[in-house]
Amino acid sequence: MAKGRVSIVVERCKACGFCVEFCPTKVLALSSAFNSKGYHPPHVVNPEKCSGCDLCGMYCPDFAIHGHKIAPAGKEVASEG
Amino acid sequence: MSDLVNPVEQFLRTDRMPHIWCPGCGIGTTVNSFAHALIESKIDLKSLALVSGIGCTGRVAGYVKLDSFHTTHGRAIPFATGLKLANPKLQVVVYSGDGDLSAIGGNHLIHAARRNIDLKVICVNNLIYAMTGGQTAPTTPDHAITSTSPYGTCEPAFNLPHLVEAAGAVYVARWTTFHVRQLARSIAEAFQKKGFSFIEVISPCPTLYQRRNKLGDGLDTMKYYKEKSRVKHGAPTSEVGLTMTGEIIVGKFVDRDRPDYQTIAHSQFVEALGERFVEQTETVCS
Amino acid sequence: MKADPRGVLTGTHFLDGDHACCEGALAAGARFASGYPITPSTEVVERFASRVPTVGGTFIQMEDELAASITLQGAVWGGAKAFTVTSGPGFSLMMEHIGYAAMTETPCVFVDVQRGGPSTGLPTLPAQADMMQARWGSHGDYEIIALCPNSPQECFDLTIKAFNLAEEFRVPVMFMMDEVVGHMTEKVVIPPADQIEVVPRRHTRKSVEEYLPYGTNGDLVPEIAHAGEGYKFHVTGLTHDERGYPNMTPQTQDKLVRRLQNKIRAAADRIVMVEEENLEDAEVVVVSYGITSRVAQRAIDLAHGRGLRVGKLRLITAWPFPDKKIRELSEKVRAFVVPELNLGQMAREVERAAGGKARTLAVTHAGGGVHQPEEILKTIVEASR
Repeated sequence: MAKGRVSIVVERCKACGFCVEFCPTKVLALSSAFNSKGYHPPHVVNPEKCSGCDLCGMYCPDFAIHGHKIAPAGKEVASEG
Repeated sequence: MSDLVNPVEQFLRTDRMPHIWCPGCGIGTTVNSFAHALIESKIDLKSLALVSGIGCTGRVAGYVKLDSFHTTHGRAIPFATGLKLANPKLQVVVYSGDGDLSAIGGNHLIHAARRNIDLKVICVNNLIYAMTGGQTAPTTPDHAITSTSPYGTCEPAFNLPHLVEAAGAVYVARWTTFHVRQLARSIAEAFQKKGFSFIEVISPCPTLYQRRNKLGDGLDTMKYYKEKSRVKHGAPTSEVGLTMTGEIIVGKFVDRDRPDYQTIAHSQFVEALGERFVEQTETVCS
Repeated sequence: MKADPRGVLTGTHFLDGDHACCEGALAAGARFASGYPITPSTEVVERFASRVPTVGGTFIQMEDELAASITLQGAVWGGAKAFTVTSGPGFSLMMEHIGYAAMTETPCVFVDVQRGGPSTGLPTLPAQADMMQARWGSHGDYEIIALCPNSPQECFDLTIKAFNLAEEFRVPVMFMMDEVVGHMTEKVVIPPADQIEVVPRRHTRKSVEEYLPYGTNGDLVPEIAHAGEGYKFHVTGLTHDERGYPNMTPQTQDKLVRRLQNKIRAAADRIVMVEEENLEDAEVVVVSYGITSRVAQRAIDLAHGRGLRVGKLRLITAWPFPDKKIRELSEKVRAFVVPELNLGQMAREVERAAGGKARTLAVTHAGGGVHQPEEILKTIVEASR
């Protein structure tokens, strides 16, 4: 069961690749989809590996992604970084 | 299932997103660290003012939801000085780029550090004048290709930590945009410090600096930072100069104490004037 | 509202113009100055440095005029009334930031104690050759207000007026002194604080949600907020919309820049101040300002002694220029005589406004001293022929 979840603001992404590279558990990959500016935003390929550490959010220069923890009871918890 | 909001969102003027910075530019990454430092320090946002100059990093002022001032090229520091002196209760951050702060703004950088004005300066150093198309900056490593040095620069790069330490800064640190958590921590530390604090953040400019020098894109640069950075807290700042492909010394270099400008001024007035001294009160103008 | 008594040195004094200007600033409520030494202006801030810690405020000498001219603006946004003082070479350095104040609508005062130029020129001797620069010195389209005192008393009174105009119109005001007015010592009467009117900052009373930093409701001047009050506003020198956000389109540019112009021009009748005498049946009108107006007065008296019908128009505000007044006079008079300590600057404005209906005769002086009354009289006589 994943300890965290990622949410992506597709329209802000510029496909720099930081989040994909620096996710410690390789949750993400750039998708083949396009946003309206023509960039390939990331998508989650290994959701069960997400720890909610929010390194993706800290690296993202475009404020287009962030991760938050899910508490054991299944309750979402805001990341405080 | 609702997504919880990115903790950085509260600090952004979301009505202005997406921003103008290039894919792979590191400025936005520094803003994340800044935002996390604000959260961790529990800074009262009402009393925080952010002042920037001109350039890509200067655009930070327009994207943060704070009292923010986008001033003239090189003059964020003197503007911030006036702001702080008129309202000492403000926490004043200067957020600007390497060209703005060390070239046209160099004199003001030196004097504010000398005076130890209580300012937190975040200098995003992408080694170039980015906004205007990639001209040589005082921080551009030598032999680099830029639009105004098409055959390679002939000047050594300024060692900014060394400069500001010599001028008198009480807190000097350097990180890269790879060091997101350490940067947030340094900014939070600077908020606790009274006096002139300077944090340099080395950042990619993939469109201009990296591209013209065939150094890859933003991601390549972040990997380079990861590989070539060495954390050396307390390193002598004379030894932290940068070259194009060499080591990047990062860490907290200077953390010392000396009274800030306003503290000295106050005690001097009290001593010289005694009862005749009148504290600066609330503004007399409205 | 009335002046804060803490800053008012009520009494009868013997002061030079520089010192009187400082007292005027304090009486107006100025509690911040940033400066850089330059002859012949330095005494203004030297006195301020000495006085302000006993009144409750701050002076800081910055590392250059580039800094001084923007440090004061930071202080304004921090809540203070603020000013700086300089002379020619420093005034030139301050131009970018005068433009910034105009663009961001930062209320403040720039004092220029004019000296011989260009360049280093005559540091200790008078001129009036920065008058066009005061109006046009920064790049782009903008308007300023400029005042010209002709005595130490006016250096006190009109400095208060300068601050009041700055606050009312949210504009940088140029206080155009000259070295003689700055260094001449005369009686200066400073009234009690409750007899001095000061204009408060045009501070918004709107809520954080409603407030638009550069929004106006018909009135052309927006309300201001200070840093630290929770408004979380943005100020930029880029062309901006009513939210203060950069918006770099021709439409926004047109709207903004025309408003910056109109807020002064539409109120010209309220802003323009002149001193008039004997205009009703004048054949020749002497138009002058600053120290030259004192010499011109002697020349006018001598002309009257010869039976010549000469009127006096003294510019107290040089900018906005009293177009309307000159236009009206040009219908009736034969000529304007414009003595200035320059090679013809405000004379060009007179000639422009007169529209060819009357002659304009400049009595130029390269600076370094003042006219002899006879020089001005000679041209008055020539104009009367």
